[in-house]
Amino acid sequence: MHIPDGYLSPSTCAVLYGIAIPFWYGAFARVKRLLNTRLVPLLAVASAFCFVIMMFNVPLPGGTTGHAVGVGAAAVVLGPWASMLSVSIALLIQAIFFGDGGITTFGANCFNMAIAGSLVAHFVYRAIAGRSAIPSSRRVAAAALAGYAAINVSALLTACELGIQPLFFKDASGTPLYAPYALHIAIPAMMLGHLTFAGMAELLVSGGVVAYLQKTNPALLGQKPSASKAQAYFPTGGGWKATRPLWIRVALLMLLTPIGILAAGTAWGEWGARDFSDPQMRQQITAASGNLAPPSAQPEGLARLSSLWAGPFPQYAPPFVRHPAFGYVMSAMFGTGLILGAFLLLAWITAGGRPSDASQASP
Amino acid sequence: MIRTRGKSRGAVERTLASFVDAIEHAFYAEQIAKENGLLQKLDPRLKILAILPLIVIAALARRLSVVAAPLIKKKVVAMLSKVPLSTLAKRVWLGVLAFTGIISFPALFLTPGRVVFSLPLVGWIVTEQGLRAAAYLILRAETAATFSVLFVLCTPWNKVLKALRVLRVPLVLVVILGMTYRYIFLLLRNAHDMFTSRRSRMVGRLDGRQQRRAATASAGVLMSKTMQLSADVYMAMRSRGFQGEVYALDDFRTAWFDWAILGLFTMVAAAALWWGR
Repeated sequence: MHIPDGYLSPSTCAVLYGIAIPFWYGAFARVKRLLNTRLVPLLAVASAFCFVIMMFNVPLPGGTTGHAVGVGAAAVVLGPWASMLSVSIALLIQAIFFGDGGITTFGANCFNMAIAGSLVAHFVYRAIAGRSAIPSSRRVAAAALAGYAAINVSALLTACELGIQPLFFKDASGTPLYAPYALHIAIPAMMLGHLTFAGMAELLVSGGVVAYLQKTNPALLGQKPSASKAQAYFPTGGGWKATRPLWIRVALLMLLTPIGILAAGTAWGEWGARDFSDPQMRQQITAASGNLAPPSAQPEGLARLSSLWAGPFPQYAPPFVRHPAFGYVMSAMFGTGLILGAFLLLAWITAGGRPSDASQASP
Repeated sequence: MIRTRGKSRGAVERTLASFVDAIEHAFYAEQIAKENGLLQKLDPRLKILAILPLIVIAALARRLSVVAAPLIKKKVVAMLSKVPLSTLAKRVWLGVLAFTGIISFPALFLTPGRVVFSLPLVGWIVTEQGLRAAAYLILRAETAATFSVLFVLCTPWNKVLKALRVLRVPLVLVVILGMTYRYIFLLLRNAHDMFTSRRSRMVGRLDGRQQRRAATASAGVLMSKTMQLSADVYMAMRSRGFQGEVYALDDFRTAWFDWAILGLFTMVAAAALWWGR
């Protein structure tokens, strides 16, 4: 999953550095405020741990072995902010000193594994673990699924970044300049390995570490912040105050969604049935498909199935909104709200119908 | 250090081998960095400013000849820096070729374009665009990886980290990176000892479930040791008067030679940028 140099265009790398930097800055400021003078030694040793854990070979069912990134275990024990910093530092050392992952693609690798991975692992763990007791097997399952979800979300992001390269970056003859596989190839190719072997390795390490710590060092999984040494160093407390920087970033990303309007043409493979009869769109499809002309008529299946479901916000433009940029922002708010609602519902169900208290539900 | 080889290596042996590989890699880099070669003499800050643009330009170039041209320059620089070409071939070129070659191979057949030939028996069609796409990917990866490795092999790690400040990396982060690098080897040693002691007590072969339990328990032990170590290091730093401020000794000296080499690299980078548009 470590993307080497040369696989992503410099502009993609720049965008992903741009997305990662606010997260690094916010995480660093937050962890520094919480740890004060403990910041340097704790972050250094935690990063070294993340590096070493990436070298563990985990035996998988079927006789093979796999490596874990360790982001699930790191997010559970250290919390999302310290986890994203520690994994980022480990990735930087890997890239600089051991040539694993590129320099230009470092931002992308950190965004995929350290940032998105830590956040996904943290939220999945919190949603499933709920307020269960420290020795509960539910926490083991929560950590295992958190690791599994984190590594697969990271893999999906990686596949998307690789898959968009041939859509946007080709030379005059139609030769892809960077990763040559489009989304329909990149996503299955990447996800097949991660939904099975790599995901299994992460699942086993995350669940196994939590199961081991439950028996030997439960303070590291302490439910109450004062009961946990790790919590004292790297609090992961919930509530508005704790997650405020994250919400601010999410809001900022929502406000930036209209940038998509600047992109010329349409995304490869996301054509509507009518696009096949529009001469201008046909030219765009031909240019984006290696000069292969699309079928002259609407594909029958596409025409039939495309009318089955019409989204409430087609093309990210709600019918009642006139300004396209505002439509994008509204769509982002609506989508984010739906995701949050789904997670809250999941948390409520897994907590047995009790009202969820974020500050108590944190590990 | 115990090094195990063989076809039927288990997870314990594989993990041990990866630990040893990492430590060997670091030792080897330290040895090369002590040589009296071209890149070793350069001020690390200027070395970053010289090499980083070349990595970026290798990614930016839209002509195969421009992406491939630095391969010749890299060979010359490697020889002048007393980095054996066999080392580069083994550690970089063959590794990147194998990894990226496998990844780019299907592109020969899957990229639409002008047909060059078709494979006999299976009838798969190889396109010109597919060949060029694979060449782009492999050459970019080779070029970037070689420059990165040359830089790291020819610069002691503590100077690499200090030199990062030229890129406006905050000092506290540079210090954390330096400490991380040191503690990686301590934790590698700890983990190596854990696995070796376990292996020395093993009489037969563990089944898959036992191996998984051993691996995850080792990870848990390492996590506990890490947290304990961080507390110990913190107390040690506090007892020596650490109050949160970090300092770094800046012992870099630049001479006309450094600026001349930087100028040469910059001219090459500018020419590559111009021709590779």
